[in-house]
Amino acid sequence: MKLSIYLALAALAALAALCAGCATAPKHVAPELFAVVPGADGHVGAIVVHTEGDTRVIDSAYGAERISSDGTREMTRLTADEVRDTFGATLAALPGKPTSFVLYFLEGKDELTAESKVEMEKVFSELKRRPLPDIMVIGHTDSVGSMTSNDRLSLARAERMRELMIGLGIPAERIQAAGRGKRELLVPTEDSVSEPRNRRVEISVR
Amino acid sequence: MRKWIIAAALSVAFPAMAADIGLIKVSKGSVQIQRGAEKMVAAVGSGVQASDVIVTGADGSAGITFTDNSLVSVGPNSVFAIDKYHFDTTTHQGEFEGNLKQGRLAAISGKMVKQSPESMKVRTPSAIMGVRGTEFVIQVGEKTN
Repeated sequence: MKLSIYLALAALAALAALCAGCATAPKHVAPELFAVVPGADGHVGAIVVHTEGDTRVIDSAYGAERISSDGTREMTRLTADEVRDTFGATLAALPGKPTSFVLYFLEGKDELTAESKVEMEKVFSELKRRPLPDIMVIGHTDSVGSMTSNDRLSLARAERMRELMIGLGIPAERIQAAGRGKRELLVPTEDSVSEPRNRRVEISVR
Repeated sequence: MRKWIIAAALSVAFPAMAADIGLIKVSKGSVQIQRGAEKMVAAVGSGVQASDVIVTGADGSAGITFTDNSLVSVGPNSVFAIDKYHFDTTTHQGEFEGNLKQGRLAAISGKMVKQSPESMKVRTPSAIMGVRGTEFVIQVGEKTN
């Protein structure tokens, strides 16, 4: 009789110990890592990691927050090599950053200036590097001439560039062309002012 | 009666709302898009929609451009869900909530974050990360290489 009471007590104690154990045992989580990476232009941004009851701001190059599998958190700093080892394949898959180019035209024509013809080669090779570009070509004019004639000229400039790109093998449906006439002067002028910097196309690629 | 009209209107409006919010620009190895019960191969040029899940195999990686110009890439053995996404091209206000359940992700934030910091968030099993800009990486799970 006495023995069975002892046994029962022992069993209860063991059960209590077990429960205390499960309450304090660290829950296993997948390890996590968050890091700020400097951009191609050297710009360093910031991220904020919110976890249960804690918020940490990381705003330095390769600054990182690591959550271990036992749930502990530490702020740390990675090296460029560590980032490359862990995230090399991932970073390599980042698409090219959306960017834009400006090319300039001869007065009253849809023909590029000599300098812009050279520049065009660089722009087009950059466009061709992108696997599936979304290209927007917007033509502009200076303020010489009527609204109608400038609308026509600006569109002709954009269309001319579009045709050249199609000639390079970029699918036609990926390139949109539009003319803004003299509505969006890069260099603000009075009406009827000949201004080379306003005679341009803007090519945006995503 | 009125309920039926609303339901009918919604069912008509809904397909129009499932517009592409992004485009697969890079796809290497095994990459899939899970949309509801549907699974499809994510080829270069595939559209990405809100609530899609991107799943990559051991040899897979994918790069996506979003309408606010944010860029996201997913590495091998990864599962990345786009829980919420909307972006107003006029005001640049928006919300981007991703969920990295497993694997690796790299991203460069876009116009939305420039307009309002932390409008882009990435959840993981243990944390929520807000993006103030611009480039960052996240890993969930053990190192596999």
